[in-house]
Amino acid sequence: MTTTLDHLANRLAADRDSAFPDLVRALQDGIYSGSLQFTRNRQDAEDVTQETFVRVYRALESYDEERIRDLQLRPWAWTIALNLCRNRARTANRHPETSLVDDRVDQTGDTAGEAASNVDLAEWRQRLAGLTGPQRTAIVLHHVVGLPYAEIAESTNRSESTVRSDVRRGLARLRTLMEQEKR
Amino acid sequence: MTDTDMITAQLAALARPAPNALLGAVLIGTDLADEYTLIEGPIGSAYVAWNARGFTAFVPTEAVGSRDDFEARHPRDASFVDSPPDRLAMHLARTIETGRLGRLPIDLSSIGDFQRKVLEKCAEIPPGEIRPYGWIAREIGNPGAVRAVGTALGRNPVPVLIPCHRVVRTDGRIGNYAYGSPMKRSLLKHEGLNPDAIETQARHGIRLVGSDTTHIYCYPTCRHAKRISDAHRVEFRSEADAVENGYRSCKVCRPAA
Repeated sequence: MTTTLDHLANRLAADRDSAFPDLVRALQDGIYSGSLQFTRNRQDAEDVTQETFVRVYRALESYDEERIRDLQLRPWAWTIALNLCRNRARTANRHPETSLVDDRVDQTGDTAGEAASNVDLAEWRQRLAGLTGPQRTAIVLHHVVGLPYAEIAESTNRSESTVRSDVRRGLARLRTLMEQEKR
Repeated sequence: MTDTDMITAQLAALARPAPNALLGAVLIGTDLADEYTLIEGPIGSAYVAWNARGFTAFVPTEAVGSRDDFEARHPRDASFVDSPPDRLAMHLARTIETGRLGRLPIDLSSIGDFQRKVLEKCAEIPPGEIRPYGWIAREIGNPGAVRAVGTALGRNPVPVLIPCHRVVRTDGRIGNYAYGSPMKRSLLKHEGLNPDAIETQARHGIRLVGSDTTHIYCYPTCRHAKRISDAHRVEFRSEADAVENGYRSCKVCRPAA
């Protein structure tokens, strides 16, 4: 993955417009999957993912070749995506009535995908809400999206060891929450 | 399986593929792809494509029948939608109705300087009037570039909207068109011109007409030339012919520099 993305950075530097669709293809599933946990519903996750790529493109337009070649594409895109998710959460809190659509997540969702994975999105959303913000971000980026610790550290502007301990403590907290559910 | 393994496995299963439409939406949002639709043009249906900067293509279905064919020949990715956004749709309807470009936005961003000047000049020709290629060359300050003007017009990405059918050969014949000479003639007929009569006149060597009351000469299709009554109408074979007879050129159709 990393070599593909390094290669992609070179291609973007050489010919931005022809390489850009491949950048979207390479990152879209990860950014959508993460945004799904950081926003209220599918529509928000889709909007955030789309807006992330539009901003990525606008930024690429303003960078020179050398700067593009040196970009860590995935953590850089995630910095943008996390910002957008935060902005959305803030707007949602200011207009709490709209958060009613939360409930629709599972009804309008891709039932096929959920049946296959046998994992309840809403249940997990509830559990993840029991973590601190940094723990949730680290857990989702590492275990749902599959980002290495170093990239999470870069996206969130924290040290790698802090990210590791956030993930460790987050997992411990989730275990506790799940045990409480059983009782 | 430990609790932690179970938890991380379930977390990994929360991942979802991005919706199929996402890439297309991003490419339109970044202007890397266009949208297009099917409309009724002045003489039959046509595909029109656009992006955030304006219209990018106008292709009569007579030339390109299926959506697949259109997408294959369009220079960028294009996805079909039911209609343009309201503002574009309104300007487009007006342009097709009036034959004037008006405020219709056209994306000329990937077009070179020379071709842009040619197309912008061409867009000034009113409906129902024609000008020779040499007129455009002279008007844009490149009087020697008559052939290049022809090439630039032949590559007009939005024919009909930018009316390259109103530009004819310097010898007065109707000449070629990207979608064939018959379509060019039909478009001119639709604007009230008679292509056969125009060519007959040209065969007789008549290039300009003047009025013996004003002593002004025009291109024969200029709106001021059309007002000249038969009794006062004078025909000229060339600019020199008109000037020798004491006539000056019209300031509207500008048949001479």
